[in-house]
Amino acid sequence: MNELKPILLIEDDSVDAMTVKRAIRDLHLTNQIIHLTNGEEAVKYLAHISEKPFVILLDLNMPRMTGLEFLKTIKANEILKTIPIIVLTTSKERQDVMESFDLGAVGYMTKPVDYTKFTEVINTIIIYWNLSEAPKSVITANDKI
Amino acid sequence: MALLKPILLVEDDLVDASTAQQALEDLRVRNPVIHKTDGEDALEYLQNPDNPIPAIILLDLNMPKISGIDLLEVLKKDPQLQHIPIVVLTVSKYEQDKLDTFDLGIAGYVIKAVDYDEFLRTMDIIVRYWIWNGLLEKERETQNAEL
Repeated sequence: MNELKPILLIEDDSVDAMTVKRAIRDLHLTNQIIHLTNGEEAVKYLAHISEKPFVILLDLNMPRMTGLEFLKTIKANEILKTIPIIVLTTSKERQDVMESFDLGAVGYMTKPVDYTKFTEVINTIIIYWNLSEAPKSVITANDKI
Repeated sequence: MALLKPILLVEDDLVDASTAQQALEDLRVRNPVIHKTDGEDALEYLQNPDNPIPAIILLDLNMPKISGIDLLEVLKKDPQLQHIPIVVLTVSKYEQDKLDTFDLGIAGYVIKAVDYDEFLRTMDIIVRYWIWNGLLEKERETQNAEL
């Protein structure tokens, strides 16, 4: 059901972004990947699309708007707050985990250096959120943010 | 991790609860399972500072006394408890239930399968997801240590 919905990837590191895209391609997933490089751009994008992404993969350390600030912004919006946001990071800081969950993240995955393991992480995220039912929110283009 | 955080299973149907516990055992999950049969008991457990805070909560929706949604509302307003990921395990396919629970910030909404093999497969996906999140552990699980 979620197979054709887009995945929104917010990641400023181009190597990490490429790895995610490659993993999704190697897993033969047909979801479209929208890649944006910072939170500000992502907020603007989400305010104007008609089809919500089925998950957002969010890097925490980014310029301009940090991942945590992005989380706060999205979770404060009545319509966008139901999109599952998974934080993908290299940091193992437990404080970040707690803060992300407090702010409404529904997953906090440490990026493994090993590509096979990285693909497993991406696969697990996609399978889990495909299994999870999602509310069919009706979005109109102008009343989102 | 010296002491593993428990999984809190909130489920009033004793057959369903035992099925979930069996599945977690079959999947060799090391985290202890604490079972509460309604929202009130679950809240009592969670609000007692002597009890360990659960790694995740598996929550049924239709329960006597305090329903799953009522419990969610209380937990998400509590600064000590609001960070615990809550996965709804239910038979309810009602759109309103999905909307209400996602509004309250749940971390997954999974329909309980009747067939055990199917249920086990579902639980396996849930367990794998929370292992990668560093919240659950399996016996002889090595992937977490390498992260």
